[in-house]
Parts: sequence; C-alpha cells; structure tokens
Amino acid sequence: MLGYFIRRVLVLIPVSLAVSMVIFSIIHLIPGDPIDNLLKIGAGPEQREIMTARYGLDKPLAVQYWIWLSGVLQGDLGTAIVARRPVADLIAQALPHSLALGLCALAFSTFFGIVLGTIAALNRDRWPDQLIMTVVLLGSTVPGFWLGLLLILVFSVWLGMFPVSGARDWSAMVLPVLTVGLGGTALVARVTRVAMVEAGQRDFLMLLHAKGMRPARIQLRHVLRHALIPVVTILSLRIGWILGGAVTVEVVFARPGLGTLLIKSLNQHDYPVVQACLLILAMAVMLGTLAGDLIQAAMDPRVRAAL
Amino acid sequence: MGVVALKLSDTTLGRVMCRPKGVIAGTWLILVVFVAVFAPYLTPYEYDIQDLPNAFRAPDAAHWLGTDEFGRDMLTRIMYGARTSLSVSTIAIGISVFCGMCLGAASGYFGGRFDRAVTAVIDLTWSFPEILVALILVAIIGPGVTGAMVAIGVAYLALFTRLTRSQIMAIKSETFVEASRSLGASHGHILMRHLLPNTLAPVIVAAMLATGDAIILEATLGFFGLGAQPPTPSWGGLMSSGTAQMFKAPWIIIIPGVAVAVTVFAINLFGDALIHALDVRARVRES
Amino acid sequence: MLLSVKNLSVGIGTLTLLESVSFDLAKGEIMGLVGESGSGKSLTALALTGLLPLIGGRVTAGSLEFDGTDLATLPKRKLRALRGRRIAFITQNPMTALDPVQRIGPQVDFVSRTHLGLDRKEARARTIELLTQLRIPQADTICSAYPHQLSGGMKQRIVIAMALAGNPDLIVADEPTTALDVTVQAQIIHLLTRLVRERGLALVLITHDMGVVAQACDKVAVLYAGRLAEQKPVHALFASPQHPYSAALIDCIPREGMAPGSLTGIPGNVASATAYPAGCRFHPRCPRAGAGCDTKVPVQRGLSDAGTVACHYPLNGALDV
Repeated sequence: MLGYFIRRVLVLIPVSLAVSMVIFSIIHLIPGDPIDNLLKIGAGPEQREIMTARYGLDKPLAVQYWIWLSGVLQGDLGTAIVARRPVADLIAQALPHSLALGLCALAFSTFFGIVLGTIAALNRDRWPDQLIMTVVLLGSTVPGFWLGLLLILVFSVWLGMFPVSGARDWSAMVLPVLTVGLGGTALVARVTRVAMVEAGQRDFLMLLHAKGMRPARIQLRHVLRHALIPVVTILSLRIGWILGGAVTVEVVFARPGLGTLLIKSLNQHDYPVVQACLLILAMAVMLGTLAGDLIQAAMDPRVRAAL
Repeated sequence: MGVVALKLSDTTLGRVMCRPKGVIAGTWLILVVFVAVFAPYLTPYEYDIQDLPNAFRAPDAAHWLGTDEFGRDMLTRIMYGARTSLSVSTIAIGISVFCGMCLGAASGYFGGRFDRAVTAVIDLTWSFPEILVALILVAIIGPGVTGAMVAIGVAYLALFTRLTRSQIMAIKSETFVEASRSLGASHGHILMRHLLPNTLAPVIVAAMLATGDAIILEATLGFFGLGAQPPTPSWGGLMSSGTAQMFKAPWIIIIPGVAVAVTVFAINLFGDALIHALDVRARVRES
Repeated sequence: MLLSVKNLSVGIGTLTLLESVSFDLAKGEIMGLVGESGSGKSLTALALTGLLPLIGGRVTAGSLEFDGTDLATLPKRKLRALRGRRIAFITQNPMTALDPVQRIGPQVDFVSRTHLGLDRKEARARTIELLTQLRIPQADTICSAYPHQLSGGMKQRIVIAMALAGNPDLIVADEPTTALDVTVQAQIIHLLTRLVRERGLALVLITHDMGVVAQACDKVAVLYAGRLAEQKPVHALFASPQHPYSAALIDCIPREGMAPGSLTGIPGNVASATAYPAGCRFHPRCPRAGAGCDTKVPVQRGLSDAGTVACHYPLNGALDV
C-alpha cells in the first residue's frame, strides 16, 4: 500500500508540471502585452520596469516559467493588481471558506447519493426507484447557481430561516452546502444505482447464498461493497465537478471563497489572482483524484496488485 | 448504403417517439427550436425596447411572464434568449464533436506517439470541471458569444475525443476491418467507411446529453456576465440581471431558470429514449 | 434414504426445463448426474440447494425429500438454515466463485461461525484444519490472501473447504472441475471423493465427463433435454447401457487401443427448450428410433440390474417387466 502510494504520488509530479505550464501560459495567451495585463491601467514607466524585472519578461519563456514556478513553490504567488496585496494573502483568506463548503458538500452528496442510489437499486423498476431517479435527473438538469437563488428566495427571503449571504456562522453554510450537495447527490445516486445493479449480477453471490447468508447481509456487505468501488472512482474523477459547482455557488451566496475571488478577478482582469486561484483549484482536483485512487486501492486488492 | 442508413434512422426515431418520454421531450424540444428560429415573428414585443413606466410588472395579461427592470417583456426576452442559448450550445457541441471525432479517430486508429500525446492531454483536462476549463478560456478569448462558444466547445472536447478513440480502438481490430485492409483499402477509406460510421451512434447520444450540459454551462457563463453581452438576451444573462431585483421581482430569475431546467430535462429524457432506441447504453457509459 | 427426489419438475417463466425427474441417494453414496449442456443438470443442483429463485426459477411439481423434509415446500428461512449447514453447494467456476475483495479466511470462516456457532478464533482454527486436509500448503498465509492471488485449482479447494466447513450431510457439486486445467481436474475430483468417502457424506456430482463418472461415482443418472434417460449403478451402466443416449455418451470416451479417428460424437444438437420434439426428445438423434418414438413419451421402466430407463427400444432388452 505504501509502495502504491509513492508510485501514485510520483505520477502526480509531471501532471502538476503540465498543469502549472498551462496556467502560467494564460498570461501570454491573453491578447495584448503581458506587461499591460500585469499592470494597473495608467501605471508609470518605472512600475513597468519593476514588473518587467520581477517577472523577467525580457527573458526567454522557459526562464520566465522557471522564475514564476520557483516563486510559486516558495509560496510567492505575486501581487494582486487591484487589491495591491500579496496574492498568497488573498488565497489564504479565501481557501478555508471554499474548503469548508467543498468538503461539507462532498460529504453530503456521498452520503445521500449512496443511500438514495442503494434504495433505488434494491427497488429496481418499482416506484421508489422511478421516483428517486426522476428527482435525481431533475436535480442534474438545474443550473447550480439558479438552485442556489431559488433556495435563497424560499428559505431566506420567504421563510427567513437562513441568512441570505455571507459566511458568518454555520447557518450561512446550510444553503450553499445544500445547493452544491444536491447536484453531487444526483451524480452519486445515479452511479451507485448502476453499480449496485451490476454488482448484483456477479457470479460470486451464488456461493454466498449457498453458504446460507442472509440476503440483506449479501446486499449490504457484499453487493454494496463492490458497488462502492466504481462510485469512489467516479467521485474522485468528478471531485472537480463538485468543486466547480462550489465556485459558482459561492458567488451566488457571496461567500468570500476561491470561486468568488476567481470570478471577481476574471472580471477585473486581475491575472495574478486568476492564475493563483486556478492553481489552487487544479491542485485540489489532483489531490481529490489521488485520495480517490488511494481509497479505491484500499477497497480493492486487485487494484493494488495491478499497479 | 444510403437507403439502409435512411431506413435505420427512421426506425430509430420511430422507436424514440414510441415511448411517452420520447414524445413529451421531443415535442418540447421541437417547440423550443421553433421559437428560437422564428423569435422575431413570434414575439409580442421588441426585446430591447425599454419601457420604464412598466418596469417590474408581475405576470399579467399584457405581459404573460412579466417585465424586467427596464420594462422589457420577459416572454420576448426568454424567446430571444432561447435563440442565443441554443445556438451557442449547439454550435459549441458541434465544434466539439467534429474536432473530438477527428482527434479521437486519428489517435485511436494510428496509435503511437500521437496517440500517447493526445491521451495525456485529454486525461489532464478530463478531471477538470468543464466550468473551470471554460472560465480559463473565456479569460483568454474574452467574454461574448464567440468566447462562450469556443470555451464550451473546448471544454467538451475531451469527452468526444475519448469516446471516439475508445470506439475506434474497440472495432479497429475486428475481422471486417482486417479483411478490408487486406484487400488493400486505404486508411481514409477504412476510417470513413468502416470505423467512423460505427462510432456514430454513441457519439450522437453523448452529443445530445452534452448539449444539455452545454446549455447549463452557457447559462452559468452568462450569469457571470461572461456570455452574450447586453442587450443580447441569453438565459444566463437574464438571470444575472435578475439577481439584483430578486426580492422585488423574483420572476425575472425564476422564469429563465425554469426554461433552462425544462429544456435540459427534456434533452436528458430524449437522450435516454435515444439510448434505448439505439441500444448503446454500455458504449456510452464506458467513457 | 437421505435424499429422495420424486417427479421433480422445474420451470422458468412459462417454460418447463426439467420434467419429472426422480432419483434416490443414500448416505455415503456418490451419484453422477450427466448430460450435455442444457439437459437440466444445473437446474437440478439449484433445486436441491433451494437456489432456483436466484435465476427466476421454481419447482413446479414433485418433491425433494431430504432427510424426511420436503425442500420444495420448505419456507425460505428454514431452507437458508439448511444451506451451507446440511446441504453444501460447490459452484461451477472457481475463478468467479469467491468474493474478490474479501480475504480467503473470513469467507471460509463464515460457514462455521454462522452454522456451527463457533467464535472467530475457533472458526479460523477449523478453517486452517480444513485447508490442511485439502492439502493446501501454508494454510494460515492462504487465509490472509485474496482470491486473485490463488490459482484456479487452489480456489476450488477453498470452495470445497467452505462446503465441508458446515459438516454437511449432502454436497452438490456443479461441474466442479470444468473450468480447471486437465491435470488439476483429476486431483480435485480425487480429493473431493476421498473426503466425501472418509466422512460418509452423500455427493451429487454434476459433470459431462463420463470418465469422471466411471472413476468416482457409485451410481449415475443420465439426463437428456430435461428428462431422465436412464439411471443405474455405474458399473451396470458401463457394462450394459440400455438407453441409446447413455450408450452414445459412453462411446464418446476415448479408450485404449482405439484406431485413430474412430472416436465418434453424437450427431446433431440438444433441442432448445422452446422447441422440444414430441415423443422421446432424443428420437431425432437416435439410431434406434422406430415406430412411436416421435409420438409417445417413454416412461421409466425398471431394469433387472437395479435401475430404470425411459426408452421404447432399449439396447439390451434387460427389462425387468
């Protein structure tokens, strides 16, 4: 297991390098001179020189990338143009909010998704299945931000149960988690159902029945156990999807997280901040995938043997 | 060949429409497309004429779906919005399907270093949420209809490349392809006549479902002000301008959202019926 | 009699796939159940273990008396208590028979813990003892291995250990060696029959290999297309088969001194259950088919050598009546 972990982490290194290159090159792909994109409009020539020297913009691209990357590795993400503060500070402020939302939403969707998917699979083609699957399909056809707006309208404005926006205490978390989590629940429930149905057709179940095992135990201890393997795979692959949902939902609820920061910076053309946000999100996606792979390896001995 | 293909598509559509799901979903989609195409002839008002005295009117007989903060008729704007949303998402997915099939077919068929490079890039983008990919691209291209189209198109490129590649890999070693090759058929002939037609069914279904997602993505970009720019109405843009008036005039955000949800729901239902009709469940799911 | 099957019929949906099959089995006896695929062998095994519902099947007529209780009418719960305890089942393909994500030990332990009430430690000790009896080296390390780390023959031994773990009276083995290498097949059959004989258990051994039957069984029932063709002690069957189908099956075994190329198969295929021929179902392929074979269903008739046959024109005419 340790060997698997090390190999899996080593695989991440080239991937993260590739990702960082893409994110680095954004500044050069944007139309116009990179310096203009890094400076506030109306900046003087001396600021221009400082910036050029800082980013080595007069040097070859590879050198520039190296300067940027070594800065990033030391925690120097540059200076925000609009806020005129170290980007690292902005990120440090925003990250906990996003992390809390993302993890809660992940836990929410995993739990309810698996429960609903299992109920649907155990009642295949009967009414609980059809009801759950219809609701789930509906849930995945609604834009996340709009669902958030509706929830605000109903629970905050009309019923006054939760605050409309912000991140002051736990009650401000309920609606955002619900919004992000419902979309994720739909995904997990769908995958769980299919995986349960498939696992229920495996050959080895015959022998479990032959051993005199209770059908309920077979379903929960063996069928569900097998079904969870693909569920974990999909979850780890789509962890970014849930994060992506969090990005848009944060804006709706005006939570001061990464998503809000990203969208604001995009609109203000504050590219150092955009780069940093994307870098953090990309890392979160990669760590999520890694976690998923590790859980999967812990659950399935054949995976450990294969790598 | 042509006759056979025509017959097949007839029966496929027939089978889709045999299911009640397919009929309801199909009818709604036809209606939406019809409205989108003929919006200028169907709408009761102009989409961009402001009528400030009539701002924030709740739905009534004159304005079935109410008016927005400038007194513009919501029904009119929704109908024009369908135009933007549908064209952006279908064109984006069109680009995606075309490029993805070319890339996927080439890398699956020829293999080697090219295939490895393509697979690496696709695997990289695959785990990233489409919304992030699209946001990065909009940042590069700049907001607007073109930006949104390209961004959405690229965001779904990985999906179609993967799907086509896996399909091509699966059938390229089958006997009929080998036979054709041993008879001296060219690569182009094998790809166009044997391989690509066989990948078509799952790609069509995936494209159908992706169009639904693309509508949501377009609405999300629009909501952030990165899609079609005002005064051009789009479903996302309508909701974006509605948030400020949410407490005063909730219908401004509710109605476009319902339009998105119902349309995407219909696309999913239709796609489901299509999966059954084409019998491609396993092939669509494996990617 | 430990097991007495009378006029057993099994159906799935509207199809009757097994029709009026009867046989008896005493403690300490090994019975071979032979026939081509589709003859109803596996259905019989599932009926004996009460697992028919898993494939959507049910007993439509007849009785399965096991030690005085009819398994066909036994409630589910009681049937489950018997399964793994008094009636053990060895499934067809050892490669897919074990749960791939659970270690070997707990999979075997389950049986003695559930049915014999042993605690974790006792059950493991018993498992190791059983595995050792099955000539599995380093039984304790095997217990913590996963199925994918074992060979096919090894997995089948594990399955046999599970069958033995509950101290059963009857074991039903459904083609236990078909999926294994030929060299391993003989070992497994040998091991299984030895353990069964040592413990005085009854074994229903389903196979399509007449060689295995000759080597391991006391008596044999030949099934054809869902009906019993002939049943009798093994030596009697090989000495004088009465049913042309039994004779043909025996002729399919290669023997010493045979001229190359003289080994014959049986012409034609088993009819599908949706299109069984009228009368005797074997008649389209039968060399002895005569008047009445295509209209009248042959009944079981007693034989002088302690068996029954269902044929209008039996080979050696050694009928009792």
